[in-house]
Amino acid sequence: MRIQITFSKQGALRYTGHLDLHKLWERAARRAELPLAYSQGFHPQPKISMAAALPLGFSSRCEVLDMKLERDIPLEGLRDTLQATLPPGIQVLAIEQVDDHAPALQTRVVSAEYEVTLAEPVDGSELKRKVDSVMDAESILRTRRGKQYDLRPLIESLAVVSSAEGKAEKILMKLAAKEGATGRPEEVLDVLGIAFEETRIERTRLNFQS
Amino acid sequence: MLTPEQIERKLDRILLKVQKPGRYVGGELNSIQKDWDSVQTRVALVFPDIYDIGVSNVGLKILYDQINQREDALAERAYAPWLDMEALMREHRIPLYALESKRPLACFDLIGFTLPYETLYTNTLNILDLAGIPVRSAERDESHPIIIAGGHSCMNPEPMHAFIDAFVIGEGEEVIHEIIDVVKKWKVESNNPLSTCHREDVLRELAKIQGVYVPRFYETTYLDDGTVARIEPIAADVPKVITKRIVAKLPPPPTKFIVPNVDIVHNRVSVEIMRGCTRGCRFCHAGMITRPVRERSVDEVLQAAEEALKNTGFEELALLSLSSSDYTHVLELVTKVGEKFGGTHLKVSLPSLRIESVSIDLMERLKDRRSGGFTLAPEAATERMRRIINKFIPDEDIINTTREIYRRGWTTIKLYFMIGHPSETLEDVQAIADLCKRVIAEGRKVIGWKAKLHAGVSTFVPKSQTPFQWVSCDTPEQIRAKQELLKRELYRDKNIKLSLTDAEDSFLEAWLSRGDRRMAEVIYSAWKKGSKFDAWQEGKKYDAWMEAFAEHGLDPLFYTHRQRRTDEVFPWEHITAAVRKNFLFQDFRMSLEGEIRVDCRLNCYACGILPTFAGLRRENPGEGWKCPDVKSPVNNKQSAVTSLPLVGD
Ligand code: SF4
Repeated sequence: MRIQITFSKQGALRYTGHLDLHKLWERAARRAELPLAYSQGFHPQPKISMAAALPLGFSSRCEVLDMKLERDIPLEGLRDTLQATLPPGIQVLAIEQVDDHAPALQTRVVSAEYEVTLAEPVDGSELKRKVDSVMDAESILRTRRGKQYDLRPLIESLAVVSSAEGKAEKILMKLAAKEGATGRPEEVLDVLGIAFEETRIERTRLNFQS
Repeated sequence: MLTPEQIERKLDRILLKVQKPGRYVGGELNSIQKDWDSVQTRVALVFPDIYDIGVSNVGLKILYDQINQREDALAERAYAPWLDMEALMREHRIPLYALESKRPLACFDLIGFTLPYETLYTNTLNILDLAGIPVRSAERDESHPIIIAGGHSCMNPEPMHAFIDAFVIGEGEEVIHEIIDVVKKWKVESNNPLSTCHREDVLRELAKIQGVYVPRFYETTYLDDGTVARIEPIAADVPKVITKRIVAKLPPPPTKFIVPNVDIVHNRVSVEIMRGCTRGCRFCHAGMITRPVRERSVDEVLQAAEEALKNTGFEELALLSLSSSDYTHVLELVTKVGEKFGGTHLKVSLPSLRIESVSIDLMERLKDRRSGGFTLAPEAATERMRRIINKFIPDEDIINTTREIYRRGWTTIKLYFMIGHPSETLEDVQAIADLCKRVIAEGRKVIGWKAKLHAGVSTFVPKSQTPFQWVSCDTPEQIRAKQELLKRELYRDKNIKLSLTDAEDSFLEAWLSRGDRRMAEVIYSAWKKGSKFDAWQEGKKYDAWMEAFAEHGLDPLFYTHRQRRTDEVFPWEHITAAVRKNFLFQDFRMSLEGEIRVDCRLNCYACGILPTFAGLRRENPGEGWKCPDVKSPVNNKQSAVTSLPLVGD
């Protein structure tokens, strides 16, 4: 049986990285006594996979993982059972069964949406101008880890949320998240001249290919 | 003082700049955060090394549970921030805080350090400083928490006497409650505006608890040659000698282990199957200071393991003791563990097995063949050395056992040795290399070139409260010559991996473990000069230590390379693990004669444990303890406690 779990990751758990999160779910599954399936071989690994790695420090309300079980179990009540064994900061939002032969989650993600909260609100109209110029640009060449790439095609949409007084409080982004073509919110913030440390970033949605 | 919210806000700005920020945020499964205002006494428990090492410490976990079970107290945790985090905390003026509530350590009533090894001393000072608490005990006042410490290295507390208000000597499970009761009473009284109760009064009350040592109430005088003349109480009502505390029966083991959200060193459930050791290896500090042997029942161990695995989901179970093979029902335990957890991908470790084929049967029953190698600890390789250290295993037993291990499917064997034992020569070290070669040659006969050997060779450090407390360490030149010999002999074989301990690390441990009160100033200066994380390459500064010694006119060699006089008064003379000094001395003399003392569960050697704890033994007869039963009431129960027998009497 194969199940897909949607969960949020917040609070202290923002500082738990991708590999550690794998471990966390492996242990949670054991605590909940789920019949986890393992790979064959010398170092059997539990069959758990995640849709898209969440960068350290980000929170999320839309993480998705895929878990293979050795046998079928009733889904009823599973959400509560699992939730009871999870550390604070992880909330199970949904559990569903998926087809054993469905393609791997990682290959189905197409884009991700983020909500960036600014620690100190800035002038809304000025930020709006910058956002517009980013969206109007043909290309935005950047270098990351010694490699040059074009950020612009990875940005699907960008919007500013301002208060009634015209102060920009949040930025919403939708960025490409395909294998080999993933937009990073920090890169966009850098282009907008906003220091990463002055923000809180939450992933709000993962979009999948149907 | 900063509020938890202010601290969290500051943390959010720096955490992504450090390695592994998950070390600093808490929020782990099974951590306990009680309502701050609902209790009277708040305790911070500190393991003064990084989170990755500290979280899995069982001693601290026991205390965490003991305290949090009380209605009137809470316990939270703190660890040493790694160098990158410390720098940012200092830059952003973030005081060291407890992981659960994010409150500064200085807000707590009581701070308890665990000091299992000496290389944590500078970190302890650093942590107090990071918490904004005066490092020296004498500089603290009524507004500061009481600072206590316990753990194996406190069997000689003197080098840290200037920084710790009170030491717990021995086991902490019961005494922690008595300490909390005293602190709680003090706090209630100090809330009364008319109170005349001072910090000193609380410490005086603490000093009355059996097993608690408050150094400020004692004075040490020295002879002209730098050795101790006398250690005497300078306050009424404090004991002349502080005898360690023990629990008569091991309380139920903890089962709600903290499950970290980031990777740590030991991701496992640990269940202590027995405490103490009857083997009497003369170099072994733990073996001498944790007597008597007390065992848990198989059922209790199994039940705890099962519960703890259910509570944590950990992938490994460690059955802890100093000598697994000596656990009375080891076969039954291992069989049942194998039956219960076989086929569940659980890794089970059973450390310290005797070198005999039965050990292989035991490991096989754990159905844990693939994970890692098979570890054995011969410690020495010549008959002469083995007699001296009182760990006598004939070569043939080692060869036969290791051959059988390879034959039964393990490809890697780890052998642990120690160099620098008293009177050891290069021939004795050569024998270590020869033995390793014989083992691997036998392995090759059985499984060919797949056979691997890992030789871990550490350097012996003489410790207080052991038969070797009188001996001198090898000089750096001797150690280096011995290490060079091993390298020369063993590096040629690709299937033998040799690991050695750094000679400087051993010396640091050596002068701290048998140091006197004057060492406190050396520790302070070394820390001021930047030494911390002394067990880590990145932290320790050997030169800083050398300068610190020079500054205070002390010679490290006085502490390391000096054979103690037989009538020498030790700096720890007023602290006893209840193993009599003249028993230790007799054992030391036997070592010089190459005489062996076999397992004391076969034959009690009257080491001193029984007269000291006769009452406890009488109330807890039977199998649990491995000392003989005490039937008739002992008239003078206190005799071993109050009058320390002199050497030779
Ligand atoms: S009292 Fe006897 S049996 Fe008990 S630890 Fe000492 S020597 Fe061993």
